[in-house]
Amino acid sequence: MNGDSKKKIVKEIKIDIDKCIGCRACEVACSAFHANPKYSSINPARSRIRVVMDELNNEYVPILAGDYTPAECPGRHTFLINGKQYSECSFCRASCPSRDLFKEPDSGLPLKCDMCESDPPLPEPMCVQVCRTDALTYVEREEEVKEEEVSEDEVEIGLDALIDKYGLQKIEETFARMSLAKKG
Amino acid sequence: MRYAETGFHLEIDLSRGNIERVASDPRSTEIYLGGQGTAAKILWDRVPPEVEPFSPDNLLIFSAGLLVGTPVVGANRTVVTTISPRNDLYKDSVFGGFFGPELKHAGYDKIIIRGKAPDLVYLWINNDKIEIRDATHLRGKGAIETVALIREELKEPKAQVATIGLAGENRVYFATIEHLNASASRGVGPVMGDKRLKAIAVRGTKDLNIAHPAELFEICSRMYQEIYDNPRCGDALKYIDEYSLEWHLNNFAWGNARERRKDFWNDEIAKKYEESEKRVRVRGTACYNCPKDCHHVIAYPGRSLYFQKCYSELTYMMAAYEDRDFNYNIVGLTQEYGLDGYSAPQVLAFGVELYNAGILTDQDLPGFPSGNGERFFYLLEKIVHREGIGDALANGVYYAARQIGKGAEEFDHNTIKKIEQVPLKLGMINYPYFLMHATGEKMNITQIEGSYPQAAIPDRKEREEYVRQWDAAPERFKKYFLEWEPREHPSIEAAVNIVDWNETMHYVDDAVGICAFLSSFTGQWGPKPPYHIYNLPKLISLASGLDLDPDKLWEIAKRNRNLIRAINVSRGLRRVDEKPPADHWKKRNPEMEQKMLDAYYEFKGWNQDGIPTKKTLDGLGLDYVSKEFIKRGILKENDGAPS
Ligand code: SF4
Ligand code: SF4
Repeated sequence: MNGDSKKKIVKEIKIDIDKCIGCRACEVACSAFHANPKYSSINPARSRIRVVMDELNNEYVPILAGDYTPAECPGRHTFLINGKQYSECSFCRASCPSRDLFKEPDSGLPLKCDMCESDPPLPEPMCVQVCRTDALTYVEREEEVKEEEVSEDEVEIGLDALIDKYGLQKIEETFARMSLAKKG
Repeated sequence: MRYAETGFHLEIDLSRGNIERVASDPRSTEIYLGGQGTAAKILWDRVPPEVEPFSPDNLLIFSAGLLVGTPVVGANRTVVTTISPRNDLYKDSVFGGFFGPELKHAGYDKIIIRGKAPDLVYLWINNDKIEIRDATHLRGKGAIETVALIREELKEPKAQVATIGLAGENRVYFATIEHLNASASRGVGPVMGDKRLKAIAVRGTKDLNIAHPAELFEICSRMYQEIYDNPRCGDALKYIDEYSLEWHLNNFAWGNARERRKDFWNDEIAKKYEESEKRVRVRGTACYNCPKDCHHVIAYPGRSLYFQKCYSELTYMMAAYEDRDFNYNIVGLTQEYGLDGYSAPQVLAFGVELYNAGILTDQDLPGFPSGNGERFFYLLEKIVHREGIGDALANGVYYAARQIGKGAEEFDHNTIKKIEQVPLKLGMINYPYFLMHATGEKMNITQIEGSYPQAAIPDRKEREEYVRQWDAAPERFKKYFLEWEPREHPSIEAAVNIVDWNETMHYVDDAVGICAFLSSFTGQWGPKPPYHIYNLPKLISLASGLDLDPDKLWEIAKRNRNLIRAINVSRGLRRVDEKPPADHWKKRNPEMEQKMLDAYYEFKGWNQDGIPTKKTLDGLGLDYVSKEFIKRGILKENDGAPS
């Protein structure tokens, strides 16, 4: 397969911020779906979509959690859109050290949107299903891709963050100690 | 494990700076559900009738309803409960937005505040970390401004804030507690001001557990669509066509609830209003977890961005005989000050009337402008600063009239139990409305009416069709409605049942925290309100694990209703107080009205003075109330017992 091109379904959530009414139903649904067991608890702080809201600036920006980043940006841009100022952070998908967005509230581990991976697959991601105003819409399209991509799984993203926080050695030590303890 | 609720209250003593997290009794949830119900029980237990509204012993309770924070769509209400200086009686007021869900996620169902801070403070609840912080730098700051300042100071843009403005700080009796797109009114704001509590900021990141998750979520996912598609729910002024601007302008009274202008509306005015709206409206926004964009975001030049809520959309302009632009302008200011959009316009119009009648003079109002609109702005400043005559007006029409004297009492013509009412001046007496106005503990018709339609359908076929679709109604109401011809009075039996159903639904909503625009207030607009007595029990059960059916839910609402009645009875409320404003209807029928009242009391299980009998109280498990009533001589030992 190496080097061959193949077809891949690209899943995309389109965001129309003008249609967002700031109801945060998307956060409710996402956190419910990712609870264990499914739907057993609600907690917008665990949601992988967050509505960045500044009511006094009429700002409602739904953002899907993207990658984890160990360092915050050195400087920040400001966007002027339709005469209104937005900080770059309003549109940034990163789980980064400078904010508590897209982190598990207890562990601080990063959260990432998984397009609601599920077996059997969902007809649409959860946030799109509950967003009745169509601020969020779902599209799937086929794309040619060169190589099979290695997708990081959640464990890997989490470990990455821990390594950044505590250093590889500490994590290795802890892991070794825990493995021993678990094996008894 | 507790479901739907967190199982904890936060007890704050502002006098001593004490903060405690206290586990709540799960049985209390079974008996009173939550929200208003469980708060009323706390008030009964801890605030005896001797405690005055401005005593440190009065409590101010913020309760997130039982379903708030669960996926149940539109369950986002927080209810504020206290004894109000408006009339020394029980008051609660419900507000939407985002505060309640945040409180639940911080780990609390209620905040119970007692005492009085030595100086202005605010409360910062960040999950388990609670601080009483200095707020002297926020003194006099507007309620919108304060939100921005607190978020900045705490570096927590996601904090949800409930705050008073200058009116609350100065204990203006009709001051509100504001929360950006929602507010608690009816006299709870001055108690917060008296406690010197400027604001409460909350941030919560904890899980809220659901008893039967998959099944509940399945129903809720459908409800998003159903509520979004349902054109007859959501803010009435925004969604209900025939209840629109035109209807309000032609039917409600202008000035100090004086005059109906039946043909006010015409195409030219419609066009002008539309232009005003276009100039300032920025977008529509919703409350937490609800797909209806009820609130207009308003950008009025020179004012903070603010949210237009249904009730103040027209009240100021009508009271001042002004235009829509005036309304947008003044609401931008009254929301910063934190004033009740029902009461404030009437107090202002009352002040103008007293001046025109020569009761207030240039001495009382130095430099009083000539235009009505300017006069409103002038009086507003006097009131929120409690300056000069504003000090009397700040106590509301009833008390101000008596303080001012010189015949001012005559101009207090639209209050019930000392509280300004919706300015309706109508023709023929309407008995269900007579009963709701006279007896409702909420003392504001919009918090009592709502399940049974306001008008009969003339065409029999249409009526039958309506009834066929009407899943929300218990059978007896279908019968009453089928028999109801336009301009006919319902029978006594029908009237008392209608009132009972209307208010029961509000008692349900205010316990579980569901928006009345999706439930108790919205049934009157069509046969398909999203929530009703038949689908709510299942939702509550799935979320909380309580065992409920429609009968049990009705019974809880009845218990809460009687408990709140009991609080007011213990504070002296009696039959003599139960009357609508004398000129509310032109054509009255005193004899029939009293018959209705007799029948209603009897139906409710109350004696002829409006006091719940021992049998009624004991039957609802409120024997601790009947015992107290007997001890206090309010009831006799054998009162209400079969003779
Ligand atoms: S569900 Fe849609 S409208 Fe509501 S906050 Fe999320 S993106 Fe905005
Ligand atoms: S119907 Fe309107 S007021 Fe009620 S919860 Fe939804 S958005 Fe808020």
